[in-house]
Amino acid sequence: MIDFGFSVSPSSRINLDSVDRESFAALAKLEPDVLKCMACGSCSASCTASQFEPTSVRRAILSLQNGQVEQALDLLKGCMMCGKCTMVCPRGINTRHLIISIQKIYGK
Amino acid sequence: MKNNILVIGGGPAGLEASANLKRLGYNVILIEKDKQLGGHLAKWDRLFPDGVSARQTLNALLEEVSGVNCFTETQLQSINVLDKSYNAILSNGITVLADAVLLASGFDLFKAEKKEEYGYGIYEGVITNADLEEAFREKKLPSKQPQAIGFVHCVGSRDEKAGNPACSKVCCATAVKQACEVKEVYPDADVYCFYMDLRMFGRHYEDLYLKAQKEFGIRFIRGRVSEVAETADGRLQVKAEDTLSSKPLRVSLDMLVLMAGMRPSESGKTVGRQLNLTTEEDGFFSSADNLLEIQRSKLPGFFYAGACTGAKTLPDTLHEARSAAIEIDRYIKEKFSEK
Ligand SMILES: Cc1cc2nc3c(=O)[nH]c(=O)nc-3n(C[C@H](O)[C@H](O)[C@H](O)COP(=O)(O)OP(=O)(O)OC[C@H]3O[C@@H](n4cnc5c(N)ncnc54)[C@H](O)[C@@H]3O)c2cc1C
Ligand code: SF4
Ligand code: SF4
Ligand code: SF4
Repeated sequence: MIDFGFSVSPSSRINLDSVDRESFAALAKLEPDVLKCMACGSCSASCTASQFEPTSVRRAILSLQNGQVEQALDLLKGCMMCGKCTMVCPRGINTRHLIISIQKIYGK
Repeated sequence: MKNNILVIGGGPAGLEASANLKRLGYNVILIEKDKQLGGHLAKWDRLFPDGVSARQTLNALLEEVSGVNCFTETQLQSINVLDKSYNAILSNGITVLADAVLLASGFDLFKAEKKEEYGYGIYEGVITNADLEEAFREKKLPSKQPQAIGFVHCVGSRDEKAGNPACSKVCCATAVKQACEVKEVYPDADVYCFYMDLRMFGRHYEDLYLKAQKEFGIRFIRGRVSEVAETADGRLQVKAEDTLSSKPLRVSLDMLVLMAGMRPSESGKTVGRQLNLTTEEDGFFSSADNLLEIQRSKLPGFFYAGACTGAKTLPDTLHEARSAAIEIDRYIKEKFSEK
């Protein structure tokens, strides 16, 4: 095939019809507080790792809800488990533990 | 001699004010254009924030007005300002010489079909908050289990194009309440709320939001629904932006509930025209002062209570009704005490 120098980029549109609901339900069972996130961004703002690599618990939760698992894992791979995010979360979510649970359920 | 007070509108505001005026010793004449008293409260099923029965709440208000002269299916034919009082001719032929008038004409629900892109009146699965209340009240929810249900906040509110830049105040709490209620009926359905800001300002409202997330797993998506279309298999396809991730989003739903907002009552406007009452930019009546004299109009002896001066919750409405009764009492005492 002739290479024209183009590539097809995957649609960035979120399609909620094709979200893997079972894995998220399993996560919510293990970590019910994940449902309480109100997207305030305190976790991301205080994250130590985010200075070096894009890291955000808020966006990771949102990505899982939107079915973007790769992106969620990418947003947590720089995490150093310092636990600062847990200290600041106003909804009292144990985000540090949540990160471990996300790895357990979605990590390969 | 007892002074006559005319109350226009038999919704929660008119009922509560009438009961209080009667207690203060006035002769109250309450007129309501519809067949029944109760206004919008008669149309709701359960009330936020605690889920109490709207019917029981209304019955408690109705009990209080026993002894008040209530005329249903009655409107104002004409009204004249006299030296000290008002001469009102009612559509049932009765003439009332009133020393003070209270307007409690409430609101009309925004006509959701005006937001054509949401498909109300076009697609069967698209209903309004009021339709859903009726379905709960009459126990007429679709028996076929929907897979996915969406709630659209701010329909006809915070929308200059729809002619209403104001927030309707009650619809965030209503959406969250109704989302929990449908999830109770259809536990397997995915339920989404499409919001721009969640205005959960009242006591216990934030608890309701937390409960919706934690107990019912309602998914809150920050973004306004831009359009609704039908899929090949007859479901509803909804497009919005998930503004928290800056990505366009789409989802197929079986039911879409539009949170239609509150607009000034058309029949209230008719009264307003008869007396040249002024309104603010939002179309609701203007009080003499928005901080100190909310219940007073600019006309001496003419008062307001409830949603005729802007969107209000039921407790807000009832507070206003009680303060209107106190204000009217003060006005009458100042104006009619013999000196
Ligand atoms: C979908 C929805 C759900 C809601 N749920 C809740 C809830 O759960 N909890 C809560 O606190 N609040 C709730 N509210 C708010 C509540 O409905 C209002 O606060 C309340 O109805 C306002 O009362 P009102 O008497 O001012 O107006 P209305 O209820 O509108 O009553 C006005 C009355 O005046 C009559 N009228 C108007 N003009 C004339 C005229 N010219 N002559 C004679 N009669 C006239 C009308 O027919 C009507 O009966 C909800 C609102 C909406 C839209
Ligand atoms: S635990 Fe991880 S995500 Fe949380 S603040 Fe520390 S580095 Fe960031
Ligand atoms: S701090 Fe807590 S509530 Fe706020 S975005 Fe992070 S996880 Fe969500
Ligand atoms: S109360 Fe909520 S849904 Fe209603 S207009 Fe205001 S922000 Fe929109």
